[in-house]
Amino acid sequence: MADDKDVLRDVWFGRIPTCFTLYQDEITEREAEPFYLLLPRMSYLTLVTDKVKKHFLKVMKAEDIEEMWFDFEGTSLKWHYPIGLLFDLHASNTALPWSITVHFKNFPERDLLHCPSNSVIEAHFMSSIKEADALKHKSQVINDMQKKDHKQLWMGLQNDKFDQFWAMNRKLMEYPTEEGGFRYIPFRIYLTMSDRPFIQKLFRPISPDGHTHTLGDLLKEVYPVAIPNDDESKRYQVVIHGIEPLLETPLQWLSEHLSHPDNFLHISVIPVPSD
Amino acid sequence: MPVSLLWAVDVYGRVYSLSTRGQQWEQCRDAVLEFKRVTAVQQCCWGIACDHHIYLNVHSSDVPIRYQEETFENQRWNPLDNFSDRLLPSDRWQWSNITGLEHQPLDSFFLPSSNWEWEGDWYIDENFGGEPTEKEGWTYAIDFPATYTKDKKWNSCVRRRRWIRYRRYKATDTWAKIPSEGHSGPLPDPFNDISCGGWEISEEPRGRLSLWAVSLQGKVWFREGIHHHSPEGDGWEEVSLPGEVVQISCGPGDLVWAVLWEGQLIVREGITRDCPRGSSWVVVDSPNPEAGAIHVAVGDNVVWAVTKDNKVWYRRGINSYNPRGSGWIGMIGEMVMINVGLNDQVWGISCEDRAVYFRQGVTSSELSGKAWKAVNVPRDGDIRSHSSASSSSLHSAGCFFSGEVRAQSVMSEDSDTKNGPQRAVLEVGACPSSPPPDPPPVDVPKPRIPKVTSDSFISEMLSDRKVKQEGATTAVTAGPSIPEEEASLREADAKSPPLALVLSPSLSGGPGDPQWSNVDLEETQTHLAVGPAGVRGDAADTCSLSSVATYTLCQEEPYGADEHPLWAWVSGGGCGVDCHSQLNWFNSATALSSSVQSMSLSISPAQTAAWRKQIFEQLSERSKREMDNFKHYEQAIEQSQSVWVKKGTMQWWRDWKPHKWVDVRFALEQFSGPEGNQDGILFLYYNFNEEKKYLHAFINEVTILVPVLNDSKHTFAIYTAERTKQRWPIRLAAATELEMHDWLALLSVSCCDSRGIQGPPSKQALWSVTCKGDVFVCEPSPSLETCPYPTPCDQMFWHQVGGHLRLVESNSLGVVWGVGYDHTVWVYTGGYGGGFLQGLARSTDNIYTQTDVKCVYIYENQRWNPVTGYTNRGLPTDRYMWSDATGLQECTKANTKPPSPHWTWVADWAIDYGISGGTDREGWQYAADFPTSYHGHKTLKDFVRRRRWARKCKLTTTGPWQEVPPIPLSDVTIIPCGAQSIVEPIPLWAISNKGDVLCRLGVTLLTPAGTSWLHVGTDQPFKSISIGGASQVWAIARDGSAFYRGSVTAQSPSGDCWYHIPSPVRQKLQQVSVGRTSVYTVDQHGNLWFRQGLTPSCPQGSSWEHISNNVRKVSVGPLDQVWIIADKVQGSHSLSCGTVCHRLGVQPMEPKGQSWDYGIGGGWDHITVRGNSFEAPRVRMPSLTPSLTASLTDPLRTHPPRRPLSFRNIEENGNAVRC
Repeated sequence: MADDKDVLRDVWFGRIPTCFTLYQDEITEREAEPFYLLLPRMSYLTLVTDKVKKHFLKVMKAEDIEEMWFDFEGTSLKWHYPIGLLFDLHASNTALPWSITVHFKNFPERDLLHCPSNSVIEAHFMSSIKEADALKHKSQVINDMQKKDHKQLWMGLQNDKFDQFWAMNRKLMEYPTEEGGFRYIPFRIYLTMSDRPFIQKLFRPISPDGHTHTLGDLLKEVYPVAIPNDDESKRYQVVIHGIEPLLETPLQWLSEHLSHPDNFLHISVIPVPSD
Repeated sequence: MPVSLLWAVDVYGRVYSLSTRGQQWEQCRDAVLEFKRVTAVQQCCWGIACDHHIYLNVHSSDVPIRYQEETFENQRWNPLDNFSDRLLPSDRWQWSNITGLEHQPLDSFFLPSSNWEWEGDWYIDENFGGEPTEKEGWTYAIDFPATYTKDKKWNSCVRRRRWIRYRRYKATDTWAKIPSEGHSGPLPDPFNDISCGGWEISEEPRGRLSLWAVSLQGKVWFREGIHHHSPEGDGWEEVSLPGEVVQISCGPGDLVWAVLWEGQLIVREGITRDCPRGSSWVVVDSPNPEAGAIHVAVGDNVVWAVTKDNKVWYRRGINSYNPRGSGWIGMIGEMVMINVGLNDQVWGISCEDRAVYFRQGVTSSELSGKAWKAVNVPRDGDIRSHSSASSSSLHSAGCFFSGEVRAQSVMSEDSDTKNGPQRAVLEVGACPSSPPPDPPPVDVPKPRIPKVTSDSFISEMLSDRKVKQEGATTAVTAGPSIPEEEASLREADAKSPPLALVLSPSLSGGPGDPQWSNVDLEETQTHLAVGPAGVRGDAADTCSLSSVATYTLCQEEPYGADEHPLWAWVSGGGCGVDCHSQLNWFNSATALSSSVQSMSLSISPAQTAAWRKQIFEQLSERSKREMDNFKHYEQAIEQSQSVWVKKGTMQWWRDWKPHKWVDVRFALEQFSGPEGNQDGILFLYYNFNEEKKYLHAFINEVTILVPVLNDSKHTFAIYTAERTKQRWPIRLAAATELEMHDWLALLSVSCCDSRGIQGPPSKQALWSVTCKGDVFVCEPSPSLETCPYPTPCDQMFWHQVGGHLRLVESNSLGVVWGVGYDHTVWVYTGGYGGGFLQGLARSTDNIYTQTDVKCVYIYENQRWNPVTGYTNRGLPTDRYMWSDATGLQECTKANTKPPSPHWTWVADWAIDYGISGGTDREGWQYAADFPTSYHGHKTLKDFVRRRRWARKCKLTTTGPWQEVPPIPLSDVTIIPCGAQSIVEPIPLWAISNKGDVLCRLGVTLLTPAGTSWLHVGTDQPFKSISIGGASQVWAIARDGSAFYRGSVTAQSPSGDCWYHIPSPVRQKLQQVSVGRTSVYTVDQHGNLWFRQGLTPSCPQGSSWEHISNNVRKVSVGPLDQVWIIADKVQGSHSLSCGTVCHRLGVQPMEPKGQSWDYGIGGGWDHITVRGNSFEAPRVRMPSLTPSLTASLTDPLRTHPPRRPLSFRNIEENGNAVRC
């Protein structure tokens, strides 16, 4: 791999092999076979699980069906988090394929948002992009785009069209050379064991004295616990897209190359597995 | 950005330079003397040393400074002696200059100074106006002031020959003393300030500089005659003054300001090309009436000043019409001096910490910049400095810094407490607004910032000036202050017996000479600054006391206890930075110590960084882990469907008459082809007679997309093979530039996808450049050079590579060099994209900023009438009084725009004196009537005149090119084939823009930029060069004659001597290209010539054979294939100039070929096919049996082959094998 561009492709075409099984208490007419699927890391659960739904509907009665939702080992999976993030956060150290349980009843109102249609996902996705651009360019780039450009971003994600998406998304990744980066880096840090959904603060890619901020700088500022002290062994893994970048990786580069389509850098901080 | 240097002098008089690529101040080891001041320009640096002499440091260059001396030997025929040196009494001398008016025997030539050396002995020039002469070099005439010919005729009574000898400036990279003599003997008093500039005033003579100097008595001197061939200049001329000057500053152009003792400023007026010294001074008041100016610095269009209270001021309203400006603006920051460097960038030395500061954000639109930023890099001596510097500081201080050392180190609080209040008095006297200094803290050791250099301006300004000024106003305060200071110093000195011995010499000098006393009275301020600087200064002091102990400590921790460098003078006149330059100067302390990673981001190629490698590795690991075993799983999103359509509106240049722009809808439909490859169709929907119609083109049939930017429309052209034949592309205009670039980027990705072209061009690629400077490449198919049925030229697919070039040359190993319009040299980095190809269509690495500069010309036309002489009132039939070269287009200064929105003006309109035909002193050229030939002097028959105005504009773009500084080139050539191993040197020759022939050393596959130039001597400037197979080097001189370089081998890469090859009769050659064996040249009338009779034993050949006319340029490749840029190519729709053409029928036994095949054009300026070594297979497989080949069919053959059947079929077979 010689080029940063290939990173974008690798990130975009990241897939998680998943095994969907129907929740045991769901009422079926006959036994439901598990369903295997390669889920795009960049996408959203409810956007790519039409096939799953179709598969299980075959064995169920229409009256037993309410809104579909998913859990992994008892944790309800938030559809509005990118799939890769859900996996990294909850299942990164488990065996593949990722085993997800499918529910059609008892929607956990407290944990999950309803997702009646794809337009809800689109609205969520676009609002994330807009928020990210507010941080990056004071919304100047996204506001300069036309409706069809917004649509192109969404359609690119929905249809898994890398070129279509990036033809537009590259504009969101530009910045004035003399400034050396975005205004603020749109990022969210997720902790498995915290009550807070995530940490999000204003953080610049360049320090006031002109230094390049790194992933380590960000964690030091925002969540210092995640950084191992010199004497102790590593307690946390800092995972983006299933990989652990070095702490000296420049944040601006990460933001340009490892952001999700919603333009946020979703960083999972998970405890190092004990074994 | 080429490497250039920022020069500075520290308070100890040591000279340092800081490279724009470097990260530490390099001490100029050669400077055995301490220097007071330096003033740098790009090619050299001038300085005043402590001995008050002026020194010159000319930077060494791969092209030496050589000067050709010439003299003529004259002889006359007489029946007795035949030709002999016995001349008639009325004749010229036997040895004379070219006019015969001056006596010039060989032994009358002397080296101008000891800084020069002779290159060799005298020899005879055997080239006469491009024609080789007989062995002896004689040229004959009837009588002396007459026309000479190279042939002896019956009536040749006199003859002469030219002797030449070169001398070379040898004192480069060293400080050479300039004798301080005026035209009338030694100068009365030593120099005190110096400023160099003025190189933009005139390019004649080449490298001309203005050097202004100020003597200690306040007189101003101008150094005459500095130019490239005379770097030292001739002598000093005094410039009369309205007062006494303390400091002077000279910009790159015609701006010269100086500061008077009284604190006003004076501005030099009347500086022109003919009079670089200017004519008169105008006084400008100090920015602050209470605190006079002490320092001024000027650039191209800016003036900065510092007043006595260290406030910094910016002068508003400076331009070429108004060198005085209109008003002062106070700026933030307190500086002791300011210097304006190249691009009006500003450098300063802060009065607080004596650090060098760079003014950030200075652009041509915001010349005052935004903020000061400290240059924070260590000095090369810093590791040792704690021991050596402190001892040397003692030493040098002993010579120069009388006040300092005494106060330093051992010295008591006595002197401080004594000096403190007394200085306070002075301060108050000088600038009432400044707060009284804090009482010196007793417990904290005092920062000992040596504020004094020998005769530094501070001492002048603050001690002497105070004496002067206050002497004028309040003699009471000033009067006692100096003696008191002297007394206290003497007293202090007495109290420090250990140092007294060392100090005595300067001390004895000090009081005796109060005019340029070394005492610094301003030290009070340092008491206020007990900041980090103070602590560090103190650390240094302790070091100096116990140097042994700290020495080891310092070794271990080189940057921990940094001795803060204290600067006295800075000069950015040679430092080519602007506000976009990436400099690593501002945070080095941390960068060096801790954050190695961020360093690697900015300096080393980013892809080598560990973090990047880690990400690449982990991503591929992740793919393996998460996907490799699960490929049989179903994809969540199906890829099969979807045609992706992009639509837009555009304007289309209608195919039929009357041609005009019409609104059309434009759509690109993209779909995946059967094998997963992308394909698409372009649709263009228009209305014709109320009827909806459309035009379409298949993406895989598009041969090229050409952006055609001009100032009014954002257009581009789409060619297909058919459209190329017609010479009539689909021309489209987008509403905005952005939209055009979006479409172009999309279409070019689409075209490349459909043809399976990805990533950087191959080594075999053909490169071409359009007249707009856009660079295109074409991947040659193996059948491109097959014979007799090569790929038709018009079907070749060209795609754009970023960057802007005038010419590009490649070879089959993938080494590619380019030259810009401004003669800057660029080497291809291996990337692709750049320019408009944003994001996905480019590589992220290996793309760099590229700039180019060119001139836009307009003509001012005038007609003579008997009443008023020449005026701008022409006849009604005349051309516009302001026009383009043809006179058909009106071009005024105001309405002429840069060539496209990408270009911005970087200078104002200026008269161009360099136009062919010559001009008078005001730039006028005269003619009898308008569309005729012009000459540079007025005659009685001339009724019209014109002059050319030029304005520079600059383009900034990106592309896979990196600059090869520092020598600008006009031509370059690379051996088309050759070295196979990656370390084997690749011969590369070039011509500098001054006509020097250069041979590049160290070019290999790994280092395509090479290392250095080897200068190859010639007797005249050259203009074109080419190296072919077996290292045959051919070149064309400016006089149009051809030369062959003998004995060029790997061992002797520059060969031994030039062989003069006569040009075709009455033709001046223009360009040469040498392939494997073929040599082709183009002359100034567009004729293409082939060199006959080349054999290994006679590599110079025998004669020229005419091949074709209307040829602009030729490129002969490693297969001896011949490609040209042709003019006047007729298409079915229109005529085109600048068309790429391919010579058909070129074979080993028939190197001249038969006919032309026409490709892309017009508007093409340059092509190189020297990378394409896809050999036609016939050469390799002559042994195939006819029976085998005969069984193969040839689908392409539609008519009987002109060559044996077997040949053609072998090619087919060969291609199949190859694929």
